[in-house]
Amino acid sequence: MCGIAGLIHRGKYSNVGEELQSMLQALKHRGPDSTGYALYAKNDGQNFIMRFKVGENVGEGSTSVNEDVSVYDGRKKLVDKNLSELGATIVKEEKLTPYSYRYEIKYDKDLMDFSKKIESVEMVEILSIGKSLELIKDLGDAKTVCDRYNLDKVQGTHGIGHARMATESGVDIKSAHPFWGYPFADVSVVHNGQLTNYWNNRRALENKGMRFMSECDSELIAVFLAEKMRNGATLEEGMKESLTGLDGVFTYFVATKDSLGMAKDTMAAKPLVLYESDDLVAMGSEEIAIRSILPQEITTYDPYDGEVKVWQI
Amino acid sequence: MANLKTTDKKTKAQSMGMHTEVLTGKTQQKFFNPDEAENFYYWGTYDVDFNKRTELDVKNMDCKEANKKIDDLMSEGYGTIVIKNPQGKHSLGVGILNKLNLIFEGSLGYFGVGSIDGPMVRVNGRVGWSCAENMMAGKVVIEKNAGSCFGAAIRGGDLICKGSVGARTGIDQKGGSIIIGGDAGAFTGFMMQRGRIVILGDVGINLGDSMYDGIIYVGGTIGSFGSDAIEAPMTQNDIEWLIRKLKVAEIGDNFDVSKMTKVVAGKKLWNYDALEPTEKKGAI
Repeated sequence: MCGIAGLIHRGKYSNVGEELQSMLQALKHRGPDSTGYALYAKNDGQNFIMRFKVGENVGEGSTSVNEDVSVYDGRKKLVDKNLSELGATIVKEEKLTPYSYRYEIKYDKDLMDFSKKIESVEMVEILSIGKSLELIKDLGDAKTVCDRYNLDKVQGTHGIGHARMATESGVDIKSAHPFWGYPFADVSVVHNGQLTNYWNNRRALENKGMRFMSECDSELIAVFLAEKMRNGATLEEGMKESLTGLDGVFTYFVATKDSLGMAKDTMAAKPLVLYESDDLVAMGSEEIAIRSILPQEITTYDPYDGEVKVWQI
Repeated sequence: MANLKTTDKKTKAQSMGMHTEVLTGKTQQKFFNPDEAENFYYWGTYDVDFNKRTELDVKNMDCKEANKKIDDLMSEGYGTIVIKNPQGKHSLGVGILNKLNLIFEGSLGYFGVGSIDGPMVRVNGRVGWSCAENMMAGKVVIEKNAGSCFGAAIRGGDLICKGSVGARTGIDQKGGSIIIGGDAGAFTGFMMQRGRIVILGDVGINLGDSMYDGIIYVGGTIGSFGSDAIEAPMTQNDIEWLIRKLKVAEIGDNFDVSKMTKVVAGKKLWNYDALEPTEKKGAI
């Protein structure tokens, strides 16, 4: 099933971490396996923020292979070595869990080369790179993940999130949403639905040099959009192309450093409820997600089949 | 419904005058006979007084708790119940089988007021997917917008949305009327089997796809016709019915119904002319 939620404050910062936590917790019944956040935070915008993992959460419910935690340090050292070879400078590093890190780095060259080098280390996956994007995903419900990564204090303009019920792939972080729009800084995607032409699209995109880190069909959306944008399409153009390029049933959100978009398949088979005002857009798989941050009476609606919308901060 | 009650509680079906023999082998059914009303017991119904009014705040209740409370209030004879703070909760007000004035001050989530038979419901907000699914009788008015599958499989009554609705409105509709003041999404009237759908605004693609029977009236533009759906000429009967219904629905004042597009099934299904007795309604 899965639940997705997103919000964008136009013209101001807000406590997006706490707001998205409330929205996703309200959707817990749609996906209890893992929760992910892509928060567009109030950072100074000088350095890149890279969030990456060196292993999986092998706690209760995980389908990942149990590894000795000692191998994580070795992988982290290899990442540091590769960063040095790339000419990147680590400004600040934080160990968030035994298997995940947040680095602030100075780097001004090609992000695809950068990503390939970092991810050449076994089991290492860049969860996100960006100047405002903070992408966090892990096993557990919204509150569990929020508490584990101290997200409730994150100030920002917008964010998208996902409560996952694993269907197409395992219960692990690599299959959890959001997906980073590799190799573009500050691009993230969440999805509710099933894509039925995943393998055809994946093979074609891999032949064009794009990378997949999981076998989760939803990852295809991020890669699909990234490839369109790499070839010069705007985000909205890429999203419109996805309506015919992707087959199946889907509602997805995509976010960039200054925008938030939604797209709904031509069958309108997956739910979405939307609230829009001059200074706030909030949307989710169910109205209760919106109600968790806007308890007062408001007017909401369902976007129609084949609808694409993009909002700016 | 009080006069329909009996103290002799046999099985539900037997007390309704059905299944006069043990259900082994070939079933013999006996449909409900109004002359036998005094022996008819509609399980789960209450005698209520519309003038007896109360409010119920469901802010801190889950749907089961809220529905049980509504049931308790009806059993105490309350005929007008105002629900405060529904806040998009799912499955509120379902399975109400007697007359009742039920007012929601706020919005409902999925499956709101499903499987009802008789109440007058007003939602001063929006409803999520599958509102009034399987409704048998009564009147439901939604003041704002509605999600997809609005009025799925309804068999009777009037279901009204003053705003716009999502996709698949009236999917599998088997009777009754669905009236939309705004627009409707794709696949409206999908596999519709009987009843009428009225949309004053625009409607999306595949209108009336695979419909067997029934009528769809559209006031605005049509995205596309679905398989088996065709346009038919408006008759004076259609116009009179629409004027009457829009009045009941409290929408479309001064709307020129004569300019609406009438859509019907273009294919007659094999063995699909034996109308279902309305008496059967109570037995389903």
